[in-house]
Amino acid sequence: MDNKPSVWTSNRFWRRSATWVTGVSAVLLILLTFDSMAQMKMGTEEDIKNKVDRRIPSPVVINYKIDYQLNRTRGHEVPIIGGMDENGKSKYEEKEKFFGRDDWSEEEARELIHKGKLTIQAKNCMDCHTLLGNGAYYAPDLTKAWLDPAWETLAPAYNGKEYAMVEFLKNPPAMAMHERKMPNLGITDEEAKAVVAYLKFMSAIDTNGFPRNFGKIKGAVDARK
Amino acid sequence: MQENRLYKGQELAIKYFTVAIVLFGAQLLFGLFAAIQFLYPDFLFGIIDFSINRMLHINALVVWLLYAMIGAVYWLLPDEAGIEVVGIKLGELAFYILTAAVTVVVLVYLLVQVGAGNEWTLWLITEGREYIEAPRWADIGIVAVVLVFLYNVYATVMKGRKTGILTVLMADLIALAGLYLAGMFYTDNIAVDQFWWWWVVHLWVEATWEVYVAAVGGYILIKTLNANRKVVEMWLWIEVAMMFGSGILGLGHHYFWIGTPEYWWEIGALFSALEPVPLVGLFVHVLYDWGKERGKGNTIKNVPAFAWLTVETFGNFLGAGVWGFMHTLPQINLYTHGTQWPAAHGHLAFFGAYVAIMISAIYLAVQGKAGLKELKMTKAGWWAISLITVGVLLMTVALTISAYVQTMVERGMYGATWEGYFVAQANQWFVQGMAWRLVTGLMVIVGYVFLVYDLLTCTKKQPAEVYEGETATATA
Repeated sequence: MDNKPSVWTSNRFWRRSATWVTGVSAVLLILLTFDSMAQMKMGTEEDIKNKVDRRIPSPVVINYKIDYQLNRTRGHEVPIIGGMDENGKSKYEEKEKFFGRDDWSEEEARELIHKGKLTIQAKNCMDCHTLLGNGAYYAPDLTKAWLDPAWETLAPAYNGKEYAMVEFLKNPPAMAMHERKMPNLGITDEEAKAVVAYLKFMSAIDTNGFPRNFGKIKGAVDARK
Repeated sequence: MQENRLYKGQELAIKYFTVAIVLFGAQLLFGLFAAIQFLYPDFLFGIIDFSINRMLHINALVVWLLYAMIGAVYWLLPDEAGIEVVGIKLGELAFYILTAAVTVVVLVYLLVQVGAGNEWTLWLITEGREYIEAPRWADIGIVAVVLVFLYNVYATVMKGRKTGILTVLMADLIALAGLYLAGMFYTDNIAVDQFWWWWVVHLWVEATWEVYVAAVGGYILIKTLNANRKVVEMWLWIEVAMMFGSGILGLGHHYFWIGTPEYWWEIGALFSALEPVPLVGLFVHVLYDWGKERGKGNTIKNVPAFAWLTVETFGNFLGAGVWGFMHTLPQINLYTHGTQWPAAHGHLAFFGAYVAIMISAIYLAVQGKAGLKELKMTKAGWWAISLITVGVLLMTVALTISAYVQTMVERGMYGATWEGYFVAQANQWFVQGMAWRLVTGLMVIVGYVFLVYDLLTCTKKQPAEVYEGETATATA
């Protein structure tokens, strides 16, 4: 090897390999990003009228009943918006009152979730909770929090779970449900409403089946009760 | 012996290193608070809540590593290029601006904590996005400071010697800085938000930072072992190819569950599964060079720096490689995503991949500052490296046990609900893991005290032969 230089020990060869590999990977990533961005664009009211599934639906989904059901074709759970047809697809028909209304316009709904997202960032939710599974691990995941059975038990006493959630967010220690309390973050009534809207909207995002079996297995675990 | 012949750039490096070590202490302190809160939730409740401790814990980590990374570049830049850093005055000004900005950000985090739900909060208090919470004004400041830093690096290399190590660093640093911009915008669409957020977080820690480490690791090998530059640089290019080849598309393993298309399952699984490969290479490379130099009867020029580099390569492989691989496949990640799994992996990976090598670089500066040709390991130095390394390793094991429990109980048995979450958190084995995490965290803190002591005193506690015949050469 000393007298016959090999390509495998040539710095020039490896430098060019590194450049090519990096370049090709970067180009592929950029192309895939364009495709992903197109698929992840927030849907519109039009899509809902035309019953077009979007990964991230229009915020007007807050007017509809949202569920999370197994889709046989895809092999995992998907959000079901406004009822499910026989093929396991969203019908976008069944409405559900949200703070007493089921006619939030696109503009109103967008304004609401805009405020909600800003509040979620301003209060640092992600440094205790996870959203879409990302964040800190000190408090429950909020991806499908809107659908959590725990809220169903509180809902009747507050005339609907959205009102229970607002009460909780405004002063969490007062409604503490666990020794590990959520602190009072000074969330106003308006902000709390917006956060709840965001949670409902987020539960309608298609997360490829994460989290698995959300809220389904309790029966199996406590089957003998 | 004290006649100092450091470059101005190297003096600036020492300033960066000093702040880095202080922030490292802050990271450990707030990590300790957070660890206590896992066991005793009322601890500091309403004063410094978990979210604030946790934010300070991870922000201090990122910022001190960036300080140390900038410091290490200022240290090696004039040495490699063979000339003083161009635009050093500007570089010094940038250091003070950055440090003042960091101080203000930390004070606001601690004293103001959260804001109202509007844009003002994002501009002035916090952006509330994990790891890059810094408010927008600070983002812009960081970009300005980094531009100065890039100017220093590019202008110096253009004028001086262009080594392979510097070439890699130049390309890497521009990518590293550019990626930060991907985290500087706001959107209502949380899926798109997280998509770009991972461009910063993943493409930093699993691509550009890894390449940075390979380059600086190469420099440390040359300095501590007199390793052959040609071989080191060949390895460096191979590692760049493997790291970017796996790491760039490995980004896909964060795109399994955030509203992204399904094709990321396959892409993310394949490429992230390859990510450990270059890390094995790094480890083998260091041991190989060590064996070769020992065979020739050569001594290690800076034992603590070399020991920390060895910890780096092994910790990087184990923490980033093995612990990362354990939950990187979507079939497993569906259940481990958002549990203590990433916490276990994160602790060992950040320590192994980045903390250890930065300490190694700091020891090089300690040696260079004192002008010693050789630096041996002191007793305190051994205590520091042992306590910190073993502490983090055991902490990772403890978190992994908790992670298993959480995955099985919360995800497997209860389907990830609020109830499932708290049933798992109360599980005795989960709690036990958290308790061991606290104990091992204290171990790391004791190790940190030894480390600071050693960095300040080790040059005065060397065996006699180190000082004999010592000339006033700046080693570096």
